[in-house]
Amino acid sequence: MGSDPSRVLLSVEDLHVRYGAVEVLKGLHLEVRAGEITALVGANGAGKTTTLMAISGIIPSARGTIRFAGQEVQDLPAEQRVARGMTQIPEGRRIFPRLTVHENLIMGASCRGADGGITQDLARALDLFPALKQRKRQLAGTLSGGEQQMLALARGLMARPKLLLLDEPSLGLAPKVVSDLFSIIRQIHRSGVSMLLVEQNAYQALQIAQTAYVLETGSVALHGPAEKLREDPAVRKAYLGG
Amino acid sequence: MTPGELFLQQILNGLTIGAVYALIALGYTMVYGIIQLINFAHGEVFMLGSYMGLTVFLLAGTIGSGGVGWLLLALCTATVGCSLLGLAVERVAYRPLRQAPKLSVLITAIGVSFFLQNAVMLGYGAQDRYVPALLPAVRWGGGAVTVTPMQGVIFGVSLLLMVGLQGIVYGTRLGRNMRATAQDPLAARLMGISVDQVIAGTFAIGSALAGVGGLLFGVYYSTINFHDGYLVGLKAFTAAVMGGIGNLPGAMLGGLLLGLLEGLGAGYISSQWKNVIAFVVLILVLLLRPHGLLGERLSERA
Ligand SMILES: Nc1ncnc2c1ncn2[C@@H]1O[C@H](COP(=O)(O)OP(=O)(O)OP(=O)(O)O)[C@@H](O)[C@H]1O
Ligand SMILES: [Mg+2]
Repeated sequence: MGSDPSRVLLSVEDLHVRYGAVEVLKGLHLEVRAGEITALVGANGAGKTTTLMAISGIIPSARGTIRFAGQEVQDLPAEQRVARGMTQIPEGRRIFPRLTVHENLIMGASCRGADGGITQDLARALDLFPALKQRKRQLAGTLSGGEQQMLALARGLMARPKLLLLDEPSLGLAPKVVSDLFSIIRQIHRSGVSMLLVEQNAYQALQIAQTAYVLETGSVALHGPAEKLREDPAVRKAYLGG
Repeated sequence: MTPGELFLQQILNGLTIGAVYALIALGYTMVYGIIQLINFAHGEVFMLGSYMGLTVFLLAGTIGSGGVGWLLLALCTATVGCSLLGLAVERVAYRPLRQAPKLSVLITAIGVSFFLQNAVMLGYGAQDRYVPALLPAVRWGGGAVTVTPMQGVIFGVSLLLMVGLQGIVYGTRLGRNMRATAQDPLAARLMGISVDQVIAGTFAIGSALAGVGGLLFGVYYSTINFHDGYLVGLKAFTAAVMGGIGNLPGAMLGGLLLGLLEGLGAGYISSQWKNVIAFVVLILVLLLRPHGLLGERLSERA
């Protein structure tokens, strides 16, 4: 911690989350600096999804502070956090299967008023994901897994987020699709969107990120520049296959 | 009356009450689609629609030749009044229980239903109330098969409302949000949708439809009672399940079909059996098609 506060877009301090009697996050600290991709890696059940859901305001936190763009947001309902510029692309994509591709994209812009920019953003999203263009009128549930992930990303971008919270975007995709996906994620990052990226695929995540956190049973075990963690023997052993 | 004419007449009469069932069934199915709640108070909203109409007619005093005007005023009153009532019930009784177990909500719904019944009984008495005839008691059609103006109004108004509902669901922002929330409420929240607002909108629309149904029902049968909501509500719920709960065209189809079968049952078997017919048909449909006639799984949630 302790980085220049003006560069910190998201900061999470002492976050506690419990499901009933079970405490799943036990005083989590993390930061996402503006303009960076920050990776959050960890074993199954470590609490990565829970962290993102608490940041998005879907799961209430028992204790802790969540600051976004300098303001505390831990007491705001989910929809107001989206309106302030943080959008989550959830685990398992969760596109609306029985809405068309077009309608899914419009749903992504829900936090914005009826401003004129939506048409432009639609066109831009479809340029970024040409595969979706021909399928605009198709029900989203009929898309392939890879296309659905692209749609989930495109839908998230429709909110014009400052920060994207990405939960395992590569899960269940073929290697070729994964590499396409990561190149699009890079492209989105270059356009100025900061990201908190949760990945099982720690190798990819540490390649693309500038900063990384390793989560172990509800708190941060390690953090630092991604390239350092890539070289860390313990990380290599636990998450990068030696 | 020839057998053919009797058949046609029973179909017309059945479709009339079926249209009313369909209007109520839509509310059950919409609410179920969004929060998986069987809103047992919905039948009472229907009943209150008829009492709101009655109130307008009582205030009017003599109806005279102004029947059409009073009918329109009563329709507006029931629409607005019942949508407000639906909003209030959702806000007061269901919203605080959003995180509670399904059973608590279900029992609360039954409680709301008793509350509304008894409130009406206190206000208007337990006896049947007479609703004045608003439209001339003529029969159109000349021959043996006839339609009354009130039947015409019921067909016309329900058709209009059903088309209008399709327009809302498929053509407006609220409708899109409703469909999205029904499919995946978590994803809808992540998109920045206020799910509470969507649920409120759903209750408002569903209750307005039931209220109009109640008003039409009261004027058509010319007597109403505070416990009308129980049996009619149960039948409309049956219609929604028959059509596939959560499915809008299913609710319309289920309502019309149920009315039709009741009409035919009343004509050919005995009108005493018509309530039994509804439930026998429900059981048969569910045995053959557990998700209802048009029911696919509404949401792809696990
Ligand atoms: N709704 C819930 N109720 C109770 N416990 C839960 C709930 N959701 C998650 N948990 C528990 O919380 C812990 C953290 O879960 P979480 O989904 O955040 O992990 P994760 O790091 O995202 O795992 P994965 O890599 O498998 O996605 C797990 O032990 C899980 O069993
Ligand atoms: Mg997870």
